[in-house]
Amino acid sequence: MAAEDGIEAALARMAEALRARLAADAVARPLMVGIHTGGVWVAERLRRLLGLDTPLGTLDISFYRDDFTRIGINPQVRPSRLPFAVDDAYLILVDDVLHTGRTVRAALNELFDYGRPAAVRLAVLVERDGRELPIQPDVVGRHMALAPHQHVKLTGPEPLALTVQEG
Amino acid sequence: MAEALQLDGRGRLRHFLTTEGLPRAVLEEILDTAESFLEVTGREVKKVPLLRGKTVANLFFEPSTRTRTTFELAAKRLSADVLNISAATSSATKGETLLDTVRNLEAMHCDMFVVRHAASGAAHFIARHVAPHVAVINGGDGRHAHPTQAMLDAFTIRRVKGRIEGLTIAIVGDILHSRVARSQIHALRTLGAGEVRVVAPGTLLPAAAAEALGVRPCRHLDEGLEGADVVIMLRLQRERMRGALLPSAHEYFQTYGLTEARLARARPDAIVMHPGPINRGVEIESAVADGPRSVILRQVTHGIAVRMAVMSMVLGRGAEEGG
Repeated sequence: MAAEDGIEAALARMAEALRARLAADAVARPLMVGIHTGGVWVAERLRRLLGLDTPLGTLDISFYRDDFTRIGINPQVRPSRLPFAVDDAYLILVDDVLHTGRTVRAALNELFDYGRPAAVRLAVLVERDGRELPIQPDVVGRHMALAPHQHVKLTGPEPLALTVQEG
Repeated sequence: MAEALQLDGRGRLRHFLTTEGLPRAVLEEILDTAESFLEVTGREVKKVPLLRGKTVANLFFEPSTRTRTTFELAAKRLSADVLNISAATSSATKGETLLDTVRNLEAMHCDMFVVRHAASGAAHFIARHVAPHVAVINGGDGRHAHPTQAMLDAFTIRRVKGRIEGLTIAIVGDILHSRVARSQIHALRTLGAGEVRVVAPGTLLPAAAAEALGVRPCRHLDEGLEGADVVIMLRLQRERMRGALLPSAHEYFQTYGLTEARLARARPDAIVMHPGPINRGVEIESAVADGPRSVILRQVTHGIAVRMAVMSMVLGRGAEEGG
């Protein structure tokens, strides 16, 4: 079934909240990192909305998954690309859906293999319940209440659309 | 059947013993996964946690510092623990059978064996006898196969030339005795190479063998190099000369050695490869080995990424198949 739309409004809310966050942290040129695949799409949209001219970093967390021995390696793994120094940088980590928190945990582990950032803020398009780790976002596009057997998926990149799948 | 032994019920790589008979999709998955691992080797921390808690045993019954080192480094960069067991220090010299050695290492909870052995089929033999959760990678067996070397060569060609499909690739040297050449030929043909030529003296390349491998035999180096996109020089095994299959090293270089002048017959953008270690002045002159068209050192770097890819694929098959 299709979730009710409103992605543009959610992205606008995220951009507004990020502006406020950056102002509070006194950061003019943050570096944005999207998590493959949906997080990269969301990050690209946010960069446009915020007018950021810094390059976009992309992370594929396949090598950092904690369920590797159960599900194996992702055959579609892509190289991560961080075209900037991570040491002492102010990073905005972007993902499409925050569910268990395991993907973000893996992304943080990977980021620290590139260096030691000054700060990492987390922005997600959709926050849903079901957290298994103590991870919480700084900026959220929309909250969704879903049953444990339901999954929300972002398709894109143009247009971006959210669908809720059963099972 | 090597194919049945190498793939699990869902068509995923279970062991990596030979490139022969493996589907193109599996070979391409190795190359694609290696791309991501190559990026890892350029980071400040050149390590990922993928195989944390796993133990890899390098079982080398034949000496090879270079291959063993790259397998060891690949395993360590995947966060695995590594045991290096060479024949000289193993119980093999005390009369223990190959299978006894494997059983003992299994009892020590090893998850993977990288096997190098002078006997063709040794890695297959071990793969047939290991526990379901244990994976075997062939690190070179007799004259038979050296599949990770072949895949790192294919990876290097794809990265440097942008593709393998349609390319003319010349392999020069002792094709008959070369496990590297056999594995290269199978991999490159499966991956869509345009024409694979093999250049060797008649004693080292019977016409029937060339036909069976689906390659074009060339007796003369100039003929083999004409218009080639890729030139792969094989390492000359000196002991073959003692068997009178080859002339002296000097004569061999006169006939089959790669020089700048001879390389002019290949395409202007042709690349030169060699699995190493090089016999300078025998297979290849130093000016070519160290020249701008040589990608020999890139092959070494790529070897680690490709071995990381294969190791993660054979151990990452999931609980249902892996036990």
